[in-house]
Amino acid sequence: MQTFIVVLALLGFAAVGYTMGRARSIMTAGGTPKGLHSLPSYYGAYTAMWIGLPSLLLLAAWLIVQPQIVDGLVMGGLPSAMTEGLSSSEYGLLLNDIRNVATGNISSRGDDPAITAAAARLSGLHDTGFILMIVAAFGIGAGGLAVARSRISPTLRARNTVEKVINVILIVSSLIAILTTVGIVLSLLFESFLFFTHVPFYEFVFGLNWSPQTALRADQVGSSGAFGAIPLFVGTLLITFIAMMVAAPIGLLSAIYMAEYADPRFRAFAKPMLEVLAGIPTVVYGFFAALTVAPAFRNAGESIGLDVSSESALAAGVVMGIMIIPFVSSLSDDVINAVPQSLRDGSYGLGATKSETIRSVVVPAALPGIVGALLLAISRAIGETMIVVMAAGLAANLTVNPLEAVTTVTVQIVTLLVGDQEFDSAKTLSAFALGLVLFFITLALNVIALSVVRKYREKYD
Amino acid sequence: MTEPSTPTRDVTVAAKPPGPEQLANRYTKVQSRDVNVYYGEKHALKHVDLDVYENEVTALIGPSGCGKSTFLRCLNRMNDVIDICRVTGRISLDDHDIYDPSLDVVQLRARVGMVFQKPNPFPKSIYDNIAYGPRIHGIAHGKAELDEIVQKSLERAGLWKEVSDRLDQPGTGLSGGQQQRLCIARAIAVNPEVILMDEPCSALDPIATARIEELIDELRENFTIVIVTHSMQQAARVSQRTAFFHLGDLVEVGETEAIFTNPEDSRTQGYITGRFG
Amino acid sequence: MTDATSFPPGTGSGGRPTDPARRPLVVSPHLARRYARERRFRLLGLASVATAGLILLILLGSIVSKGYSAFWQYNVDLTIEFSAEELNPDGGPVDMETLRRANYLALVRDSLKREFPDAAGDRSERRKLYGLVSPNADIVLRSMVLEDPGLIGTTQTVTIKLSDDMDTFAKGYIDRNLPEGDRRVTDLEIGWFDHLNSEGRIHAAFNVDFFTQGDSREPEEAGIYGALIGSILTLMVTLLVSFPIGVMAAVYLEEFAPKNRLTDLIEVNINNLAAVPSIVFGLLGLAVFLNFFGLPRSAPLVGGLVLALMTLPTIIIASRSALKAVPPSIREAALGLGASPLQVVTHHVLPLAMPGILTGTIIGMAQALGETAPLLMIGMVAFIVDIPQSFTDPATVLPVQVYIWADSPERAFVEKTSAAIMVLLGFLVLMNAIAVLLRKRFERRW
Repeated sequence: MQTFIVVLALLGFAAVGYTMGRARSIMTAGGTPKGLHSLPSYYGAYTAMWIGLPSLLLLAAWLIVQPQIVDGLVMGGLPSAMTEGLSSSEYGLLLNDIRNVATGNISSRGDDPAITAAAARLSGLHDTGFILMIVAAFGIGAGGLAVARSRISPTLRARNTVEKVINVILIVSSLIAILTTVGIVLSLLFESFLFFTHVPFYEFVFGLNWSPQTALRADQVGSSGAFGAIPLFVGTLLITFIAMMVAAPIGLLSAIYMAEYADPRFRAFAKPMLEVLAGIPTVVYGFFAALTVAPAFRNAGESIGLDVSSESALAAGVVMGIMIIPFVSSLSDDVINAVPQSLRDGSYGLGATKSETIRSVVVPAALPGIVGALLLAISRAIGETMIVVMAAGLAANLTVNPLEAVTTVTVQIVTLLVGDQEFDSAKTLSAFALGLVLFFITLALNVIALSVVRKYREKYD
Repeated sequence: MTEPSTPTRDVTVAAKPPGPEQLANRYTKVQSRDVNVYYGEKHALKHVDLDVYENEVTALIGPSGCGKSTFLRCLNRMNDVIDICRVTGRISLDDHDIYDPSLDVVQLRARVGMVFQKPNPFPKSIYDNIAYGPRIHGIAHGKAELDEIVQKSLERAGLWKEVSDRLDQPGTGLSGGQQQRLCIARAIAVNPEVILMDEPCSALDPIATARIEELIDELRENFTIVIVTHSMQQAARVSQRTAFFHLGDLVEVGETEAIFTNPEDSRTQGYITGRFG
Repeated sequence: MTDATSFPPGTGSGGRPTDPARRPLVVSPHLARRYARERRFRLLGLASVATAGLILLILLGSIVSKGYSAFWQYNVDLTIEFSAEELNPDGGPVDMETLRRANYLALVRDSLKREFPDAAGDRSERRKLYGLVSPNADIVLRSMVLEDPGLIGTTQTVTIKLSDDMDTFAKGYIDRNLPEGDRRVTDLEIGWFDHLNSEGRIHAAFNVDFFTQGDSREPEEAGIYGALIGSILTLMVTLLVSFPIGVMAAVYLEEFAPKNRLTDLIEVNINNLAAVPSIVFGLLGLAVFLNFFGLPRSAPLVGGLVLALMTLPTIIIASRSALKAVPPSIREAALGLGASPLQVVTHHVLPLAMPGILTGTIIGMAQALGETAPLLMIGMVAFIVDIPQSFTDPATVLPVQVYIWADSPERAFVEKTSAAIMVLLGFLVLMNAIAVLLRKRFERRW
């Protein structure tokens, strides 16, 4: 919050610089903007940039670096008996305790005088750092202002400079997307690599047993845990399959009806309805699955003598299918609408009925696009989290019976990472390995689907 | 109306004007009386009376937006596809009103086929393109019969020699002129009585166009053809009768020779001499 | 000559009839079958749309029917003796600190004991008796006394919340005809309830606390205010980060970027990012923002950043199509007057594209508002009672609150969850309505 105020203050400073630069440019041109190379506002922007860019960059760097230095100083100041021989996770715990004490929270080691002293030192350093940061940021901003003022003259090509800088900012903005992908890939790869130093790769990919609950004490049974991900993959595929069994026919037929049969009034009512279905948060679907659909299936199963698990793959899959219906239908709707009218006319001209035209001409013509849409839907189902977290099971059963409980990749990621965790344990790291698998499978599906759809669109454009 | 009769078969020269005997034996295949078409509020076609005679090519000409394509699409009720389109008046095929509610539009289109401005082969094999119509109408019984229909249709469209060795390849892979002949073959595979052609050559090069025009003249022997064209030369080359549309009115209709040499209406005169259009 | 069905084409004679009557315009039996198929197909399509509609109705219906009752709460009027011995045992002048620490629960319990002296003997019965009202009832009394110490020594009628089980019972969710062992409330409790009710002392009131309080372990005390503030703080961060970056990226890609390998890569990348599962963004947030940069766990700042990365592709794609819809003639006109490319964009193209960009942004924000999974990864799932005050305070958001409550075993949390969903959906409807209005209001056809 304080940092936020500093940022606002710096922006205010830059705004002041803007008016100063403007005034300065008019002054140097002898009181009228006529002799200037650029409009006065560009000289203002030029000045604002000289103030804002360096100071904000400094601020960002400071915010990243300061905690590391402060932590180092605080830990270095502790009696060496406390820090010697600590593993990195123990070191982290200690640091966390100090931080907790410093922010006034209760900590398990709150009564240790060394910790209290370190906490005081931490907040002291923190405050000093904050003041230094403000001074430095405004100092560098003032320096920028001085440079800009000295450079402003009627011949300064302010507009070109400003536009060049803006262009760079625009490029950086568009690179954020790439940075995000790189961030995802690197972080997943890095953590997964650590995981595979604990658990062999082939065991993860081909193992049939998944029970990541490592025991508290090393001598307990099953202390190492088992990390065979096959049951998760099977569970994910089972639920995805059920979901597609629901979503593909309903979504496709809805799309066909909307695109080919429905009159505008019906469309005006049905399209928003499907959009509402698409806009409902997945957590709501999860709640619906867990509290309404699963018990309903269970009761229905009981009444015909079937034993349906209360966390059955069927319930989660069906609800996930419902969630995906609007996704399939809107994508297919686009695809079907892209089929040129001339093909339909050709078929009608031969005396085909509407359904004959749809089945033998429109759908085959749209097939690549429809396949692409279904692939995107599958990728979506595989990556969907909340519905399965709330309605599917936790136990990794290796089964394809939809009436039993199965677990999925996303469910396990959530269970492994929610709640208390120690980093670096195989249990925690396995979540990243699962995330890596998830990322690459969905990525592959998306790349294929998007290129199929793009080729399809080019064909009819 | 003239008595239905078998016209003479000795007409082989392209666009040869019908002889006196023929004129006397003309059979009115399609007849329209007081046809009006509205697109929403727009009155697109006004009070059109037109007779189309059997085994002749009737050309519809006129400047863009004059209603000639609209009229053509009325003849097999392709306008039904457009929601806001409304048709009044009477159009009859062999004296049956084609807008009669008891008449089936699918059946009608099997009898009145259509070839479109832009070649629109289905994204299927050449064989399936031709076989599509016979299949949906249940015309062929068995594979052998279907094969025969496909071959005959392609032969009559003059495409058999070019494609006989690649019937299983996609129809979209043919050249523009071939595609359009494929579409014509597709239309005649259903064995219609009337074939409507909506500027069938406008997307083709001159050589392909000449090929199609030849084909049209050959087809006249067995079918009744109505063709919309932008090109007056084309109308003169292929048609026996010509109808001139202007701003939704049917201005003048008559023997092609007469229309082009001695038009009665000044608008027709203006159009064919290139003053507007 | 042959007839229509058996005529093989290409035999040379064509379909020309010599006698019109031989080819009547009559429907063949074959056609009836084709039309039956047509009708079936059409019906199938309609049934699919109807199924989707029906499911939506069931979904919304089940949530509303479960959740509407959470908006009120049953209370009981109790006569409370603010006895001086209990509140100010030492006597003398009233000291605020003493008052703050006094045992107000005892006052409530005394009142209940006076009300039902029979139950006072047995320990487990006594506990049930105390369980009639909310265990947090003391907070109400404390704030009353702190506000007006003059109450000490007086007897007042105070309205106190029923406990969650009794509230659920009062709302009719528990069937009193079931055998005693099968329901959460005993016959004894029902007897007390009926007694109080017959005296007209139990009444329902609008549940203000639901909108003004944070989370609580006690369903009758739990509110969504904390989650709401958390959502607002998180979305503010998301908007502040993703809107400028998204628009700038779209402007660059659409207006300035040269067509080369790099921009192709960016383009493919953005499309793929839009389809990456949201939970992967959560993993990114955990690994990069929390573990690498050491930002605080459970903070709206981190949640907002993660959601910003997630919504960025949506905003970029929407902004690009809005920019694309601005006709090139406008750019040419401005360029022709000597405007620089940047001036063309900022003076002409962006203002014209702004409604489309804003619509896309609102839709992206609505998605972010409903997102749950990535926030679980960065610890926003913690149990947090306090209302977050800043971007770095621990907080939760509405959908995560829904998830937490849905996981709670108490029956009373079902209605709270459904009610929270109703509030969440209300916000989503509002945002989408604004987007639709914007689109309608500024829709332009070039």
